[in-house]
Amino acid sequence: MTPPTPSAAAPLEVTDESVAKSPTPSTHKGSEGRSPGRLAWNRFKRDRTGVMSACIVGFFFVIAVAAPLIAKLYGKDPYTTYASQRPELLNPFAYPSGPNGGMSSEFWFGIEPQLGRDVFTFLLYAIRNSLGIALAATVLTVVVGVVIGTTAGYLGGKTDYLVGRVIDILLSFPSTLFFIAFMPVVFGLFVAPDEEIPTWLRATALIIVLSAFGWASIARLLRGQVLGLREREFVEAAKVTGASPGRIVFKELLPNLWTPIIIQTTLMLPAYVTAEAGLAFLGVGMIDPTPDWGVMIARGASFYTEDLTFMLFPGLSMVIFVLAFNLLGDSVRDALDPKSKR
Amino acid sequence: MSSTTPLLDVSGLTKHFPIKGGFPIRRTVGAVQAVDGLDFQVAEGESLGLVGESGCGKSTTGRLITRLLEPTGGRIAYRGEDITHAGRKQLAPIRSEIQMIFQDPYASLNPRQTVGKIISGPMEINDIHPAGGREARVRELLEIVGLNPEHYNRFPHEFSGGQRQRIGVARALALEPKLIVADEPVSALDVSIQAQVVNLLQKVQRDLGIAFVFIAHDLAVVRHFSQRVAVMYLGRIVEIADRDDLYGNPRHPYTRALLSAVPEATVQDEGVQGRERIRLVGDVPSPINPPSGCRFRTRCWKATEKCATEAPPLVQVEGNKPGHLTACHYPETTDVPATVPAPRLAKDPEAAA
Repeated sequence: MTPPTPSAAAPLEVTDESVAKSPTPSTHKGSEGRSPGRLAWNRFKRDRTGVMSACIVGFFFVIAVAAPLIAKLYGKDPYTTYASQRPELLNPFAYPSGPNGGMSSEFWFGIEPQLGRDVFTFLLYAIRNSLGIALAATVLTVVVGVVIGTTAGYLGGKTDYLVGRVIDILLSFPSTLFFIAFMPVVFGLFVAPDEEIPTWLRATALIIVLSAFGWASIARLLRGQVLGLREREFVEAAKVTGASPGRIVFKELLPNLWTPIIIQTTLMLPAYVTAEAGLAFLGVGMIDPTPDWGVMIARGASFYTEDLTFMLFPGLSMVIFVLAFNLLGDSVRDALDPKSKR
Repeated sequence: MSSTTPLLDVSGLTKHFPIKGGFPIRRTVGAVQAVDGLDFQVAEGESLGLVGESGCGKSTTGRLITRLLEPTGGRIAYRGEDITHAGRKQLAPIRSEIQMIFQDPYASLNPRQTVGKIISGPMEINDIHPAGGREARVRELLEIVGLNPEHYNRFPHEFSGGQRQRIGVARALALEPKLIVADEPVSALDVSIQAQVVNLLQKVQRDLGIAFVFIAHDLAVVRHFSQRVAVMYLGRIVEIADRDDLYGNPRHPYTRALLSAVPEATVQDEGVQGRERIRLVGDVPSPINPPSGCRFRTRCWKATEKCATEAPPLVQVEGNKPGHLTACHYPETTDVPATVPAPRLAKDPEAAA
């Protein structure tokens, strides 16, 4: 039973060599380990689609953040009706008089029919507002979903049962119908019927309602993950050393959940962008004159037979953004979870 | 045993897992009697081996001692202090003294933490500040378990199974425990690596004077490692004795059968009778509904009516050395090499129960 014990250090040097041989150019010193995150980053960098979509998504975020700056340099704003000062911009039928929706060196993306606003700045601010709302809704959704999902999964028992049923109900709910029917009710709670609904209230209500229906899917996903993880021996090991439930959830379990959380987040944000635009299109989200992707598309839809250009810019930019973000989400998943490759 | 307080004193330890069923109202319809009345002691610096078939309650026992599971009954005392139902806060001072090494080195290390963080975690939780800082202590521990201290910033996935188990040992040692429950620490490893890890544990036990409860199903490993050995069958200890006593003079039929099942790497001479082998027939009965009386009787070739009605107590039977306890009405004897006769109760009406 007692074979000669090899020197304990012997096999370890082999590991050292293999690490030294590894092609990863490491800026750290040799003893630094490659974390799962670093490995994922290396995988992601090799994925051309992912990097390209990340650039496109990054570009959209940059122009969203820098919209006021760009508008200032460009010298226009999204609210001014330029046609009222210069009637020659629109023809007698209230469509842009220039070709291609009035595109010119002055109005890069043309002029809006009827009101004669500048399409370029309007689109910039639309992207800014839409992304802001979608981002806020995503952050809120993820935070709520993570907290509820991990808690339910870790505590189990009655809590888990209760939360599980709530999730079931939320997921089986026709949420779009609910939005359409309930947004006016939500507004009615805060504002008298004859008053103007302030924009911030519209945005806040949108964010809250979107998150209220969105957290269920991420909570269910994480609950399942936690159920699997909490039986793992490293959780028991932490318990044996006397770790508190809080420490186990946040220090032991949560780092293992970043992968599904990041994946879900990157897939959820574009979904929220489209949902938000859809609601605006249906007239229960943001409304004119607030620049918004959905508002623009809704307005474009009423003119597209006469002035396709106005419809084209918000539509195309949105397709590009959502497509890029979804591809990015796929790439992130492949990088973080290489086993899921089809 | 000794008159002084043993390090760990377990008496009547019981764990029943409830089985829920019924519709629409779920209620407890039965219980898996995983562990049913264990009595044993572990002295300071001693290594107790716990052997038995799969599903006999070895791991449950280990998890009860470390209080990962709540015992249904019985008493666990650590240094005379009752910890049977102690909560997390009450356990805190004892936590650092009872540690555990896990079976699966691939599941017992958090894949998102560096080795340094894994090993220093217990110190962080228990707010221990070793002289020279935690990092220095971790590097020292890595050296103790035969790893390179330079591996401090590595992640578990960069190590082999044996190395991971060493990390697990280092984590258990981080709190300078007095008792380590090792739950099949080597059964997930290659045989050559098993020997390394067992030798490491032995070195740790000798050098640091740590008591072990060593759970295994490999009799050879237990023989190598443990001073005392307890044999479990279906949630009960059937025999407990000093190592040499148990392996040389097994008194319980089950122990005998287990020992005879160990493969031998010898060439049989022609004409010489090979070692006697006892082949147990049938399966281990379900712990949901264990047999009455002696739990081994359904597979025992000596079972009589008495075995079915009366559970044999764990006592020192005639001809045993002190400390050698056997739970059997008809203990085996050394001088008569038992041939395995046909079961006396071949048609036991209750056997299927």
